[in-house]
Amino acid sequence: MTVAEVAEALGLEVLAGHQHLSREVTGGSVSDLLSHVMGNAQPGNLWITIQVHPNIVGVVELIDLAGVVVADGQAPEEATIDKAREQGIPLLTGKETSYTLAGRLYELGVR
Amino acid sequence: MGTYPILGGGFFLAGRASGEIKRCLSELSLPAELLRRVVIATYEAEMNIVIHAVSGEVSVSVDGERVTVAAVDRGPGIADIERAMAPGFSTASEKARSLGFGAGMGLTNMRRCADRFAIASEPGQGTRVEMTFRPRTEGSKEEQ
Repeated sequence: MTVAEVAEALGLEVLAGHQHLSREVTGGSVSDLLSHVMGNAQPGNLWITIQVHPNIVGVVELIDLAGVVVADGQAPEEATIDKAREQGIPLLTGKETSYTLAGRLYELGVR
Repeated sequence: MGTYPILGGGFFLAGRASGEIKRCLSELSLPAELLRRVVIATYEAEMNIVIHAVSGEVSVSVDGERVTVAAVDRGPGIADIERAMAPGFSTASEKARSLGFGAGMGLTNMRRCADRFAIASEPGQGTRVEMTFRPRTEGSKEEQ
């Protein structure tokens, strides 16, 4: 599945990175600890977190993730949205919790 | 390849040096797994300076497919390095932790990603980390 298809299926709102939504999602990662994501997520993974600060965009870029989903109805900071737009990084938001989003993503076959 | 200054406490700019280093290294057509490990370890080194030090710098040099990263800071130093290396141990501030930093995984990530890892520190004297990276054989994973 591509990032766009995941966004559609899970009802996620895309705030940035519209030009990179056709990328294939290779798996998922759920964590609010940046070092944990850095050390474990694989290229092309979609990262689900409740962190909202601009550093999440840097993490996505550095380890080449497919994008980041801010879960649980949390609103990314303005600076986060700006940075994601500048760098063309897919930044999405979802109203459901990390747990639910990850479960639904898994059910869709993203494993 | 260059030296990148890093400001302690600068969470807003944190990761910028690693991003620049990644962009420079990306032009050298290094193996993807090597680049990934260098980027992860460099980011952790940068974050440690941001979290703990007043200021510092990360220097990168490349010799063929061998990459060396040195991170030097003007910070409080580490009294017990063995304890600091233990996964989960952290002295990071509440602020750092609330942002998802300071989980006590940084040094562990660095050691796991680097092929050679050396750390030297004295309380009050700052900390120096030196890491060397070489391509790993295909299929080999990061050491756990």
